[in-house]
Amino acid sequence: MPKVAIKADGLGKWFGEGEAKTMALRDVNLETNFGEMVYIVGPSGSGKTTLLSVLSGILKPDSGRVCVEGIDIWNLNADQLADFRLNRVGFVFQDYHLFPRLNTAENVAIPLILRKKNWNESMKQAAQYLDIVGLKGRADLPPVKLSGGEQQRVAIARAMVGQPDILIMDEPTASLDGDTGQSILKFVHENILNSNRCIVVVTHDSRIYEFASRILKMEDGRLTGTESRAA
Amino acid sequence: MWLCTSEKDQAVRGILKLAYKLLVNDKAKFTALLVGITFAVFLMMFITSMFIGVLSHASATVINIGAPMWVMDPSVQAITSSIGMPDYVLDAVRSLDGVEYAVPLYSGGALVKLPDGTYQAATVVGLDDTSLFGRPMLIEGKIEDIYAENGFIVVADAEYQKLESPHVGSVFELNDHRGVIVGVAKVTVSGLFGTPTLYTTYYRAVQYIPNPRYTISYVLVQPKSPADVQKIKQQVAALGYLAVTKDEFIKKNASYYVFQTGGGTNILIMTLISFIVGLSISGQTFYTFILENLERFGALKAIGTKSSELVGMILFQASFTALTGYGLGVGLCTLLVYLAKLRLASYAAMITYPSLLLSFVMVVIIAGISSYVGIRRVLQIEPFDIFRG
Ligand SMILES: Nc1ncnc2c1ncn2[C@@H]1O[C@H](COP(=O)(O)OP(=O)(O)OP(=O)(O)O)[C@@H](O)[C@H]1O
Ligand SMILES: [Mg+2]
Repeated sequence: MPKVAIKADGLGKWFGEGEAKTMALRDVNLETNFGEMVYIVGPSGSGKTTLLSVLSGILKPDSGRVCVEGIDIWNLNADQLADFRLNRVGFVFQDYHLFPRLNTAENVAIPLILRKKNWNESMKQAAQYLDIVGLKGRADLPPVKLSGGEQQRVAIARAMVGQPDILIMDEPTASLDGDTGQSILKFVHENILNSNRCIVVVTHDSRIYEFASRILKMEDGRLTGTESRAA
Repeated sequence: MWLCTSEKDQAVRGILKLAYKLLVNDKAKFTALLVGITFAVFLMMFITSMFIGVLSHASATVINIGAPMWVMDPSVQAITSSIGMPDYVLDAVRSLDGVEYAVPLYSGGALVKLPDGTYQAATVVGLDDTSLFGRPMLIEGKIEDIYAENGFIVVADAEYQKLESPHVGSVFELNDHRGVIVGVAKVTVSGLFGTPTLYTTYYRAVQYIPNPRYTISYVLVQPKSPADVQKIKQQVAALGYLAVTKDEFIKKNASYYVFQTGGGTNILIMTLISFIVGLSISGQTFYTFILENLERFGALKAIGTKSSELVGMILFQASFTALTGYGLGVGLCTLLVYLAKLRLASYAAMITYPSLLLSFVMVVIIAGISSYVGIRRVLQIEPFDIFRG
């Protein structure tokens, strides 16, 4: 019996008022389990990023609840929510958001430093994760010296370094060529996914569908269907 | 390693180190910030030091003579602009209740003709013939020789060499009278106005220097006890003259230069300008720095940095820059004053605690305003906007 990681009920989110009002989420219900790699796919503007943000404690929904292992995250106060994101969630942003003034290892170590871990130990651990994502020996380089695919790996290492049990990836392959994107998702599927971890991926990229446990389809703020895959 | 520090310290240190790297690794912006603050601090320090230096020199004669009380015409605004008083004032003051003794002082300007034929303006101080009250400390010669024919004592201050650094026995002409140097004196504070000082007796000063009808510049008073000061002031006021203590006279001189000469207003305006320039350069640069790093702060927020930690980071960045700039500015100013004093001994600037404090306060205000603006901006970021890209 798989353990439920995220459970969302009746999520609603809208932007703007009156004429300009956009319903980004309409009554979204979903459940994801640990050990699962769940994809959310759908046309542009259908509300995928909005949904990811609501699920991960970044954007407050206008209605509904998000429970992570039984904790109603939108009932937490601002600091508790920040702690929730820091300790439980790893983020891979669409355009990486690496820090150009920090070297690769320092970029990766940020979540550890924010978790108040000793600087040198954080760097050591960051270097280990750079090894894991195949960037051995790049610790001292600034991110701009790396290729797009390598930067994406740095972003993944940063998301993983604190060993969060939820990993959120928004369009992880959008700025990569097909082969690179595929190899990165393959890497995530093989090395990062495990029975204690739940990965939620938003993507347009059908070439990486093969790594999904389930694909949720989204349209106009609604979840319109699920495609299960034998993973 | 950090065995004796608590975990919390370490944690704070890590986040601040992150803040430090984000700031300092942006070399161009960090340099611009430092230049702005250094420049502002330098200007503020320099202007105020200059002014304080000028003020202390403006009261040189008061400090050097050292009399506890001074009687003068009520319209005197500063020591240099003495107004002659008739002889009866001296007698009247002498007979006042509470006065131990009172002596006249002459203070005026004269033209000195040096042996090589050139002229030099000098300040002549005439000391009371009987008491020599307010006499300077001699480093050469004997004070009694001031009574010798044409005897003058020269002050070896910053302006000394303008009289061709005379020694005992050197001769010169003063307003067509012969003068002989009989002693060389040292004083605590040298004058502001760039003229060398000669001491002689009151009688000789009045004789050698053409004067209006009244010749007493000041009456120096030694009260019997400090308790008599108030009494003396009242009695002198009843005579139609003004008696002030040494400290009051120094303040009077200072406030004359601050409020009457426009010097004070100028200093105020210039200090304000350097403050505004510093604030706008540094504030603007810091704000640009924050704006350019907005995405980074947003990403930190999304990852799970608390607002209080973001505030701490920004405050740290602002105060680190401010303090570094302050240090550089003070250093630069000190260096410049030092170099100027090497070349020009009478250079009036003085680095004092008030100007150090004033520039420090201004730097703190600059850092405060800059970080306030930055913090407001950073706290407004929606991590969702960062997430959406
Ligand atoms: N801050 C906002 N203000 C106004 N409207 C917004 C805001 N954020 C999102 N929206 C709207 O909400 C809807 C969903 O946006 P969202 O970014 O979730 O779409 P998406 O599915 O991630 O699209 P894409 O594939 O292009 O990234 C869109 O119509 C968008 O215009
Ligand atoms: Mg999106």
